[in-house]
Amino acid sequence: MTSFTNLHLYVLAAPLLSAFALNLLGRLSRTWVYPLTIGPLIFSTVGSIIVLMRVLNEGAYSYTVGNWSPPYGIELLVDPLSAMMLVVISAVSLIATFSAIAWAEREFPGREHLFFTLYLIQIAGLMGLVLTADAFNLYVLLEITSITTYGLIAMGKGRAPLASFNYIIVGSIGACFYLLGVGYLYILTGSLNMADIANIVGTLNHGPALATAFAFVLVGLCLKMALFPLHGWLPNAYSFAPVSAVLMIAPLMTKVTIYLMIRVILNLFTPEYVFFTHPAVQSGFVWAAAIGIVCSSSLALGQRDLRRMLTYIIIAEVGYMVGGVWLANLHGMTGAVLHILNDSVMTLCLFLAAAAIESRTENLSFDSLLGLCRKMPVTMAAFMLGAFSIIGIPPTCGFFSKWYLLLGAIEAGHWEFVVALLFSSIVNLVLFFRIIEFAYIRDLNNKKLEAEYRIFTTVREAPMMMLVPLVVSAIALIVIGLGTGQIAKIINLEMIKFF
Amino acid sequence: MSELIAGIVSKYNYWIYVILMMIGLYAAIGKNNLVKKLLGLNIFQTAIILLYISMGVKRGASIPILDKTSVLLNGVSPVQITNPLPHVLMLTAIVVSVSVTGVALAVIIRIFREYGTLEEDEILEKLNK
Repeated sequence: MTSFTNLHLYVLAAPLLSAFALNLLGRLSRTWVYPLTIGPLIFSTVGSIIVLMRVLNEGAYSYTVGNWSPPYGIELLVDPLSAMMLVVISAVSLIATFSAIAWAEREFPGREHLFFTLYLIQIAGLMGLVLTADAFNLYVLLEITSITTYGLIAMGKGRAPLASFNYIIVGSIGACFYLLGVGYLYILTGSLNMADIANIVGTLNHGPALATAFAFVLVGLCLKMALFPLHGWLPNAYSFAPVSAVLMIAPLMTKVTIYLMIRVILNLFTPEYVFFTHPAVQSGFVWAAAIGIVCSSSLALGQRDLRRMLTYIIIAEVGYMVGGVWLANLHGMTGAVLHILNDSVMTLCLFLAAAAIESRTENLSFDSLLGLCRKMPVTMAAFMLGAFSIIGIPPTCGFFSKWYLLLGAIEAGHWEFVVALLFSSIVNLVLFFRIIEFAYIRDLNNKKLEAEYRIFTTVREAPMMMLVPLVVSAIALIVIGLGTGQIAKIINLEMIKFF
Repeated sequence: MSELIAGIVSKYNYWIYVILMMIGLYAAIGKNNLVKKLLGLNIFQTAIILLYISMGVKRGASIPILDKTSVLLNGVSPVQITNPLPHVLMLTAIVVSVSVTGVALAVIIRIFREYGTLEEDEILEKLNK
């Protein structure tokens, strides 16, 4: 097994290096785009699965970059949690990329290599984020992923640059808050290594300086993850972004930031400090999450465009996970991590379906979905699976993580969170059945209405490059749902240490 | 009152950073012109850089370049050298801030081409038409 010692580093380096190769070679010939984006992502996916299996067999290990021993050097921590996130990031981005390539060909003809340079750097940044065990390194990687996202979003048409600019302002303020929090921690502890800081924090008296550091770090991350009152930048940024970019950004960005929040709580400030010295903050976060779920679900009801509706669902799902984390018990935490995995696959499935539909109808307003079930049966079947998972109908994976979250909420006695979860399930039911009605039932009952939309009679099944990844992601929803027991065991392996 | 002033004067570096940060935050959120917003963001980032730099400073200490023979003879005395780590961190933070500014300026150019103005209210007016 010695030859695999550095494997997780190669997993991270593959998209990063091929991004630079793609930028140079892509200028010469467009044929490089395909192998240089799919190739490294296949390598990363296979590699990260091997890393995960190794971690499960041999336990967590830490890796020091450049042989500078921690706490002075930058440490990478590979534990079951980060290895699992590595698999999620590489697999989700691999599946999304097939569809993204097909879309990039029509959105940026001749400039695909530039688009995929940013795209690959962002994936590498996301992988770095889940691996790093150094608080300052985390800031740098957070900005690498954010800056590439700003660029990708700004490549869209129309209002996209304006949405991207708002995201730049809010995102940079978020990152600056995080940096400020790390500064306070550095003043207090003199260290930047997460494990080292956690050890020293345990010995400090919990004064206002530590609380300030904690507040800055958390508010920074909440801005980046678009937790409800701080979500303003997300709907515009995600709905005006180019389709090819949002396929990868929407499933991964917010979810990885929530993973970072979990990391910061568990490995930087320690759960004893986070959950028990400030009980008001703990229940405040659960309340904020519950209110966020209710409000953003209600806002989703008001949308008349499929993609815009999905962006509000993303914000509601952020509330699920944040609430689960702050329930401060094993079930809630397991549910939150499980939901990170499930939600990235669900969001991927729904955005792939939206992209497949848009490739034929050219727009995603509800009217253009009329009668799609007959014209795009496979796409709509996969879309329905994704919808079932968001609603939480077994055996799709969304049901199981929601179940864990409910158990955690009942155990902690946070009934407002239980109510919010159930409310959001009902709203999602309404949201998606309205779309299914547009796509299916109206088609049968109202032939006259369909005739008015004769323009759409040319609509047929989406191209294979978009259909195959969509079907794969839809099947993954069921497979993950059936494998929930195994995955929860992996998560518990890590969480049992803290609760 | 004099205690308060003495407290402010003795920790003036923190006060400067807080004031700069508030100016920057206000400009980034409250200003109407997009370039001014970006400048506010830059002031905000600079304030944080100042905080980091000032935490590494020690009174009477010198730059962290060691003389080999004197170190071998007398050892290292941490009181006499400033902490270089915050400076190194801020080099990275400056790089990040420059890249954010670069991307934002590029985006601003695209916005100007799209709407012909950089005033937020005028852009919103054009959008609502």
